[in-house]
Order: sequence, then C-alpha cells, then structure tokens
Amino acid sequence: MFVTPGYAQETAPAEGELQTEIVHEEGHGEAGFPPFDTSTYPSQLLWLAITFGLFYLFLQKVVLPRIGNILEVRRDRIAHDLDQAARNKEEADAAVAAYEQELADARAKAHGIAQTAQDAAKADAEAERKSVEADLERKLVEAERRIATVREAAMKDVGTIAEETAGAIVEALIDRKPDDAAVAAAVGQVR
Amino acid sequence: MAEDPIHQFQISRLIPIEIGGLDFSFTNSSLFMVATVVTAGAFLYLTTSSRGLVPSRTQSVSEMSYEFVANMLRDATGPQGMRFFPLVFSLFMFILVANMFGMVPYFFTVTSHLIVTFALAMIVMLTLVGYGLKTHGARFFKLFVPHGVPGVLVPLVASIEVISFLSRPISLSVRLFANMLAGHITLKVFAGFVTTLSGLGAFGVIGAVLPLLLTIAITGLEFLVSFLQAYVFAVLTCMYLNDAVHPEH
Repeated sequence: MFVTPGYAQETAPAEGELQTEIVHEEGHGEAGFPPFDTSTYPSQLLWLAITFGLFYLFLQKVVLPRIGNILEVRRDRIAHDLDQAARNKEEADAAVAAYEQELADARAKAHGIAQTAQDAAKADAEAERKSVEADLERKLVEAERRIATVREAAMKDVGTIAEETAGAIVEALIDRKPDDAAVAAAVGQVR
Repeated sequence: MAEDPIHQFQISRLIPIEIGGLDFSFTNSSLFMVATVVTAGAFLYLTTSSRGLVPSRTQSVSEMSYEFVANMLRDATGPQGMRFFPLVFSLFMFILVANMFGMVPYFFTVTSHLIVTFALAMIVMLTLVGYGLKTHGARFFKLFVPHGVPGVLVPLVASIEVISFLSRPISLSVRLFANMLAGHITLKVFAGFVTTLSGLGAFGVIGAVLPLLLTIAITGLEFLVSFLQAYVFAVLTCMYLNDAVHPEH
C-alpha cells in the first residue's frame, strides 16, 4: 500500500523521465515498473551470462581448486601431526616399559647376588665347622690311641708285677724259688 | 524523486549497444554485475593467495564460505553431488555479494530484477534436467512417479509432481526477486517518511523518530534477508540437484 502512492506519484510526472531512461517504444503502463520492463531483458540476460559465466569459470578453474587444496593440505598436516604425536607417545611408552624391565632385572640380579653371598658364607661356615670337627676327631683318635698304649704298658707291667708277686708268695709259702716260666704260665692262665 | 521507492530499480544505459534490433546496452545493472563478480572473485582470489597453513582472518572467511557450501551440498546430495559444487558455490557467492551490494545506498540491486533471478533459477533447472537425462536416461522420469504409489493414482500423482517440478524455477526466482524488491521498497518508503516528516517543522521532526528507528531496524533485517535469501537459494539448488543425482526416491 505504500507502493501505490509512490507508484502513482511517479507515473504522472515521470513519464518523460521514464522515456529517457528506459527508452523504448512500448511506453504503456507496465513499463513503469522496471523489473517487468521486457525491453531491458536482453541486456540483463547478456551481461548476466557474461559476468556469471566468467565468475563460474574463474571459481571452477582457479579459486575452488586452490581453497580445496589449502584445506586438504591442512587436513593432511593435522593427520600427520597426530600420527607423529601417537608415534612419540608409543616411543615414550616403550621407554617406560624398558625402564621398568631394567629395574626389575636389576632387582632380580641384586637378589641373586645377595643369595649367592649368603650361600657362600653358609658354605664357608660349614667347611670351617667340618674341618674343626675333623681336627677334633683326629685329636680324639690320637688320645684314645695314647690311652690304649698307656694301658697296654700298664697291663704288661701288671703281668710282670703279678709274676714277681706270685713268685715271692710261692717262695714264702714253699721256701723254694719256683720256676719263673711256670709262674709266668700260671699267671698268664689266670689272666 | 528522492522519495519514489521504484526509482531505485530503474535501469539506465551507460554504454548503448544494439545488436540485431535488441538492446544489449551496458547498463547500471551490468555495471553492478561486473562489480559483484569482480569483488567476489578478487576477494576469494586474493585472500587465498598466501595459501596459509594457518589462515589469516580473511582467508578463513573464504575457507568458511567454501566449507559452508560444500557441507550444504554434501548433506543434500551425498558425495556424487559434489560435481555441482562450483555451480552452487558460484550461485551462492554471486547472489550474496549482489544482495550485499544492494544494501549500499545508491547502489543498484542486481537481484531485484525478476529476469536475473529467473535466469539463475533456469541455470539450476537446466543443469538438473540435463545431468539427470544424461546419467539416468529414461529413469530420470521416475522422479515424477514416487515409489509405492498405487497404480490408479499414478496419473494424478505424476501430474502433480510435474506441475510442482515446473513451478520450481518460478518459486526459486520469485522468492529471491520479491524479497529483495519488497525489502528495498519498504526501506525506501520508511526512509522517505523521515525526510518528508522532518520537513514539516519541529512537530514533524519528533514524528520522524519512529520511522527513523524502523528504518534502522529494517536495514538490519535486510542484511539478514540478503544473506538468508542467498542461503535459501543455495539450499534449494542443492535439494533440486539431489533429484538429478538420485531420481528414484
């Protein structure tokens, strides 16, 4: 409704002006509304075809491949960087695992060394004990042998004493000195 | 003259050219077509010339518009529809920049002329039909016979589909044209009120405040409409082109 007064206002005085601007023989009422003025259509279509056609070609051949390329390069770069990050993380994980492994090995080794040392000490102590025991044993045997010698000597002395005593007793009883050999045999018989 | 809301759509010849009795003059409309194309092309070309891995602000504007249209088309038609990407992107950029140029005072709005928007719509429809027939042959006409319609209803449904198909270029072009035209007329009328009322003395100046505020508000709205109409045109183009890619659905 705002259009109508403006339109009416225009058509009356601007008849001459329209004629100069639109310039066409069909000067009837429709021509007053520019978008419906068919006389301007060929020009608009031609120039639209030229400008839009060139625009289309320019975008298709130059601009769009370029932007597409920029985006693709960026996407690749980001993917590559992510890959790199993942790889670095993997390496870090591997390093941590290796460290843990080494730590565990070291711990096991330390344990082993301690065990060996303990075993060696134990074996040493055992050997010491055995040598001491053997020494004692040897001394014991020697002592026993000496005792036996002493006792044997004593026992031999006992025989002699008994023979002498028996001879003296027999001499005292019968007043005659007995034969030594007979006494010895008799003593030996008693023993 | 200044208050005439229709005057801004007037086409005036700058360089008269006449071929075979037809007027092919270089007009103010042609001038703004050239300006639109040069501005949009130069912006896209220059902002991406450094090919920055980390984009500058203007480069990201170009990249965003690229991805915006690319996603729109991919969502509507799937990967096979990406062959139409240059067309959809050109249409979107052309309409957007032309609309935005129209928002500058004293500038001519290319898209406020029905023949221009109709020509753009026909580019879409001819591409649709041409590609559809070339790749699908007769199967392309399955477009008019929706899946699972009972045999009796096929003629009825098909005729409705044909009519709706034929009305697509009209709705596509008239929507853009009418929005731009009506917006600019409204803006002009309200701005006209401001000058007329403020010419009536002190009381008139007070009365002019309301239309002034409205003019400011409508200016903001028109910027929105300028973008929105370019977007709507591009979205509908994508959806129509989907029919060329997948006629049987």
